[in-house]
Amino acid sequence: MQQVLDVLIISTKAFFGPLAVFYALMAIGLNVHFGYTGLLNFGQIGFAMLGGFGIAISVTTYGLPFAVGVLVGLLAAVLFALLLGLPTLRLRADYLAIVTIAAAEILRLLFRSVSATPITGATRGLSGFSGDFYALSPFETSARYTILGARWSGRELWVVSVGWTLVALGCLAVWLLMRSPWGRVIKAIREDEDAARSLGKNVYAYKMQSLILGGIFGALGGMIYALATSSANPDQYQSANTFLAYAALILGGTARVLGPVIGAMIFWFLLAFTESGLVELTGADGIIPPEILSSTDVAQIRFVLVGLGLMTLLIFRPQGIFGDRREVMLDAR
Amino acid sequence: MPAEFSMRTSPLRDVASQVGVAKPDPAIVVDDVTRTFGGLVAVQVEHLEFQRGCITGLIGPNGAGKTTLFNLLTGFDQANSGRWTFDGKPLAKLPPHRVARLGVVRTFQLTKALSRLSVLDNMMLGATGQRGESMWRALLPGMWRGQEREVEDRANELLERFKLDTKRADFAGTLSGGQRKLLEMARALMSQPKVVMLDEPMAGVNPALTQSLLEHVKDLREQGMTVVFVEHDMDVVRDISDWVVVMAAGKVIAESPPESISHNKEVVDAYLGAHHDAPLTVEEEDKVLAEAEAVIRAERAAQAEALDAAAREPL
Repeated sequence: MQQVLDVLIISTKAFFGPLAVFYALMAIGLNVHFGYTGLLNFGQIGFAMLGGFGIAISVTTYGLPFAVGVLVGLLAAVLFALLLGLPTLRLRADYLAIVTIAAAEILRLLFRSVSATPITGATRGLSGFSGDFYALSPFETSARYTILGARWSGRELWVVSVGWTLVALGCLAVWLLMRSPWGRVIKAIREDEDAARSLGKNVYAYKMQSLILGGIFGALGGMIYALATSSANPDQYQSANTFLAYAALILGGTARVLGPVIGAMIFWFLLAFTESGLVELTGADGIIPPEILSSTDVAQIRFVLVGLGLMTLLIFRPQGIFGDRREVMLDAR
Repeated sequence: MPAEFSMRTSPLRDVASQVGVAKPDPAIVVDDVTRTFGGLVAVQVEHLEFQRGCITGLIGPNGAGKTTLFNLLTGFDQANSGRWTFDGKPLAKLPPHRVARLGVVRTFQLTKALSRLSVLDNMMLGATGQRGESMWRALLPGMWRGQEREVEDRANELLERFKLDTKRADFAGTLSGGQRKLLEMARALMSQPKVVMLDEPMAGVNPALTQSLLEHVKDLREQGMTVVFVEHDMDVVRDISDWVVVMAAGKVIAESPPESISHNKEVVDAYLGAHHDAPLTVEEEDKVLAEAEAVIRAERAAQAEALDAAAREPL
């Protein structure tokens, strides 16, 4: 019984943890891109990396104040969006998809290259940039707090509070935008660009605005991730993260304000639940013998199980948790 | 009523039936427009004027370049050369949304209903100059709420006129083909256009709905709009247009009032092929007969030779 409780406590912590914030922010951005505008951005992790390294490079490499680092990160995301969007947004959706995934990888390889060592720290990455951020914390950073049975450090609590505040503000902004005439144009572009053009809407400009807005959410996510881990390493920003964020978005429901947030929370809850559950089951007094599943395989097998769960979801509830089935089925005609 | 309109009050009654003829008050003027796809000349129009406040039908066999001309005029395609103006303002090289903002709005051959938007949202999208369409102002609902209510009232009015008001809250993707055509036309009207260009508005619409669509098109003229439309159904063209322009192989081959268009030799040739009705002369008949006989003789000779060869072959 105690073991079941332990598993639940660990999973609940993951439900609210910094990784859930990171994915929620990335998925909010992807929701703006893909869910509302129909842009296939497969390079969201590139935006996140620019956010994280924006702070890290400004503070650690150049000794600038923390606030400047945040601005640099946001500005870098805007420039990255312009760089990606200018050549591709006039073309069909698939071109953006290819360019974004390539650009995110190029960026990562560039940051981890040996010649970039003086600036990015290459494969060792950068650290020691989060001091100013934690100095602002109202919680005692070294103290431990017990919430719902889970133990949180003051640092964790601070980064998570800031993170969820950002998520809440982001959701508010998306909600306000999507119920406005601007949101109507954005959704019209998702449905049919040419129809929007024939009604006098500058589709290119709207797509660019959407790409920038979603990219900023990605950068904010990357900042939270870098601050939570107190380090920025190019290899933390692998392309697989983009696809996990997509999974969270689809799980929650696309084109719904809360879809990406709830999706990310549930996604991390499930990952933590399967992992800690399997660890218990394969442990010394577990019921799964090591011949079937050894405890070293748990980290891999949890993704298999969560993947199976996602497939089941898409078969039985293709609209995600918040989606409208009728709306999804319109496409099938 | 339409016949009366075109016979008595049409500003085009004194215009001669010849290609490139000048109209009394043209809204759109096209000059030397060419568009080629590789070696194929899709559109090559030397001079064409569309009369303001009239319905002009654009007809022609498949591949005549009607839709390409539409795409060029509305900025959806780039011409290789040429000039065209609306109210004297040059339209060439303008992107589609700028053309639409000048008041030239089009519909599409394959209807573009925005499936996952409600019918009402489809309509409201059509209004131009909306303050809330700017990203920053969108965040402050006070800036656009008043205008939004006006737009919604106008949308509801149009939906009633097009008898779509009961579908207001439905996804546009649930509408039938004909209803989508109606929606697309109504949506185009939301921008209060000066010129409406309809690409095959009646295609795939059942006869009952065709009548109602026709009435709506005539309504546009009553409201002073200029209408240009592409259509295949000659009855429809005769019924509603004040002037007909015929295209074939990228060129304008005839233009005239609809009553006389079917007597035009160029037009009949374009649709049925040249010389389809010229009687054969005696010499021509003899020639055709001789050719046919020659073919038969050659075949027989070949057959006989084959048989001989088979007979000589040892068993």
